[in-house]
Amino acid sequence: MMPITPYHYLVLAAALFAIGLVGVMVRRNIIIVLMSIELMLNAVNINLAAFSYQLHDAAGQVFAIFIVAVAAAEAAVGLGIILAFFRNKETVNIDDMNIMRW
Amino acid sequence: MDYIWLIPLVPAAGAALNGLLGIRWFGRALAGALACAAVAVALGLSIWAFVGLVALPPDARVHDVVLAAWIPAIPLETAADIGMFSVNWTARLDPLAAIMLLVVTGVGFLIHVYATAYMLDEPRGGYARFFCYLNLFCFFMLVLVLAGNLLVLFVGWEGVGLCSYLLIGFWYEKNSAADAGKKAFLVNRIGDWGFLLGIFLVFFTFGSLDFREMATAVAAMPRERTGFGVLSAICILLFAGAAGKSAQIPLHIWLPDAMEGPMPASALIHAATMVTAGVYMVARNAVLFDHAPLVMQIVAVVGVLTALMAATIGLVQNDIKRVLAYSTVSQIGYMFLATGVGAFTAAVFHLMTHAFFKALLFLGCGSVIHAMAGQQDMQCMGGLRKYMPVTFSTMLIGAFAIAGIPPLSGFFSKDEILYRAFIGNRILWGIATATALLTALYMFRLMTLTFSGGYRGPQGSPLASPAAVAEAALHGARHPHDAHAHGEADRENHEVTHGPADLLREDHARPGPSEGSPAITGPLMALAVGVIVVGFFGMPEALGGTNAIERFLTPSFAGSAGVLTGHADAALSRVAALGLMLCSTLVSVAGILLARHVYLRNPEWPRQLAARWHGMYTFLLNKYYLDELYSATVVRGTIAAARGLFAFDRRVVDGAVGALRWLTLLASWLSHMFDKHVLDGLVKLVGWTAGRASFVVRRLQTGLVQNYALVIVLGLFAFLTVFLFAR
Repeated sequence: MMPITPYHYLVLAAALFAIGLVGVMVRRNIIIVLMSIELMLNAVNINLAAFSYQLHDAAGQVFAIFIVAVAAAEAAVGLGIILAFFRNKETVNIDDMNIMRW
Repeated sequence: MDYIWLIPLVPAAGAALNGLLGIRWFGRALAGALACAAVAVALGLSIWAFVGLVALPPDARVHDVVLAAWIPAIPLETAADIGMFSVNWTARLDPLAAIMLLVVTGVGFLIHVYATAYMLDEPRGGYARFFCYLNLFCFFMLVLVLAGNLLVLFVGWEGVGLCSYLLIGFWYEKNSAADAGKKAFLVNRIGDWGFLLGIFLVFFTFGSLDFREMATAVAAMPRERTGFGVLSAICILLFAGAAGKSAQIPLHIWLPDAMEGPMPASALIHAATMVTAGVYMVARNAVLFDHAPLVMQIVAVVGVLTALMAATIGLVQNDIKRVLAYSTVSQIGYMFLATGVGAFTAAVFHLMTHAFFKALLFLGCGSVIHAMAGQQDMQCMGGLRKYMPVTFSTMLIGAFAIAGIPPLSGFFSKDEILYRAFIGNRILWGIATATALLTALYMFRLMTLTFSGGYRGPQGSPLASPAAVAEAALHGARHPHDAHAHGEADRENHEVTHGPADLLREDHARPGPSEGSPAITGPLMALAVGVIVVGFFGMPEALGGTNAIERFLTPSFAGSAGVLTGHADAALSRVAALGLMLCSTLVSVAGILLARHVYLRNPEWPRQLAARWHGMYTFLLNKYYLDELYSATVVRGTIAAARGLFAFDRRVVDGAVGALRWLTLLASWLSHMFDKHVLDGLVKLVGWTAGRASFVVRRLQTGLVQNYALVIVLGLFAFLTVFLFAR
């Protein structure tokens, strides 16, 4: 059984971040996009926790907690915007969200 | 005596109460009583101060009360050196001021009492307003009298001028009264202009406006026997002010017109007190004038010429009040003659006796006019003696006094002046004596036409029948019922005020002229007693008197050579003095007898004389055409100058302004064009360029979130690539 090193955490976090990034880039359902953003945020959280563990510094975990709180707020705001948008446009397709341009 | 400053303030309080509350709320009785009480208190205080002053030794009879600082000490550069200049609100009681205090408050009180009855025809508000003005006048006159320096005196001076204006124009609805007030004010402005310049010159020369400091400084300077120095300049300027206030040639023209005012105001202001303020001011500065003999000569000549001219005009006037007005001008001329020959005490003495007998004559004349229901033309009077015995007898005393019949007051004072004039200059004495003859003549012309002979007013009643009134109005005569219209009542004006002449109300019909209430006759009798008594204070030594007035007043004029040398150097022998007295008495008696002879026995003589000397008569009747001369020169000149300046304004100044306007318009148009085409063009060019450029760039803004995300990620990759590999 091989020991779990920081590299494992970093690889996991990178994979998770990549999944989230691809989800943001390719999915058309805005709710999925929002969820992908959450994935990316949590990938960063994993990184923070891993380095905190390795360096024996609690600051990383504190940041992770902050990010969880900010992510919750962001999800709430984002879902509120989506809800308002849906009530107007009857859709959650991100390609229809193109009125904010020249 | 420390409370002398209260003397002016009590009437001021009366004026304030009557003015602020009385006009709206006080009844006639309260307003009149308040005003009389205020002056009575002032009179009591004056008597108290006088008694206190007499108790002092003659050399110490000066008392200063400094009420407050007016101008605090400021550094000042004068002609002499650099010193400190300050002016205080100083009340100064000295013999001269004490005499004036008694005259102003005493005569003023009697006139106030008289006015309570005389003004009863006024509406309630006007009644209180009148007494407010009268009290205000007393306040300012007492300030003037008590002033310890020129500036405070000037305050009183202007204040009495203001009250004079207010009272002349008291019936302000009437054009002639309003115009007369304006005329008085404007003519006085000319004199005050000189007075003010004189004050400036005093200030510049001595660095002080205090009378005593001025006198001390002047006493150290040489008398300007030859030439015209700074002292002469000061004196001539001050005399200009005095001539304006006291109606001397050439500024006398306002006083006869001032008779538009109510009778008590005329008696108080334009006969007894205010118009003599000029004499008082010259006497106040006796030392100063004494050091300018040239100006003294001018003063004497102006005085005697005014006396003569006014007496000749008074001889032909038919308006009873105007005769008295010219008589006042003439008598003040006497006073200036006295100051001009250095007889300051004689001037002040004459001022004092004149205040009594002229107030008496004016009040008696008011009584007559009241009884005649406003008629002022002596040709419509006559025979009033039996209707108005009190008025007649008191006025007769006044007339004897002004004519100079011994032993009445006017005799002593006028004789003193003639005596001093005789010593000074025989020509002046000759003119003055001729004037004395004329004085007796016009005065007894007035008395005869008014009181003797038969009644020439409308028959049965002194009041005209409607037809007579209508006819009189047609001929430009005064309305007999019109107590207020003293000017020429042309028919239009007349009817505006009173309605058509032939629609007169019937309730005017009442029995013949009669004596007024005790408030009218009381002051007359009191003044008559004054006229008799006052003279004895100045009984000359030649008659065995002591001339108490002169000795009392002398400290006030200490330092002027006229006082020092008057009797000692140039006194005539007793026989000569008595001869002069006899001479002036004979002249007066001759004048009286002539008047009786002409106007009573031969009433057609004056008409024949007037017809024969028609030019002369019209000349006198029209007051030497001086009003016309002034309106042709000064008034027309002023108007022409104003027109010229107006034209200058319109052509040159307005033209310049117009040109400036065109220039501004042109400049702004140019600026506008520059803005519109050059600056706006540039701005639009920038905007246009930006707009064009945006067509290219704005394609980037798709509005699609994932496009933006793609750009971000690509940028991230690019950044990472550079960061990781290209370093």
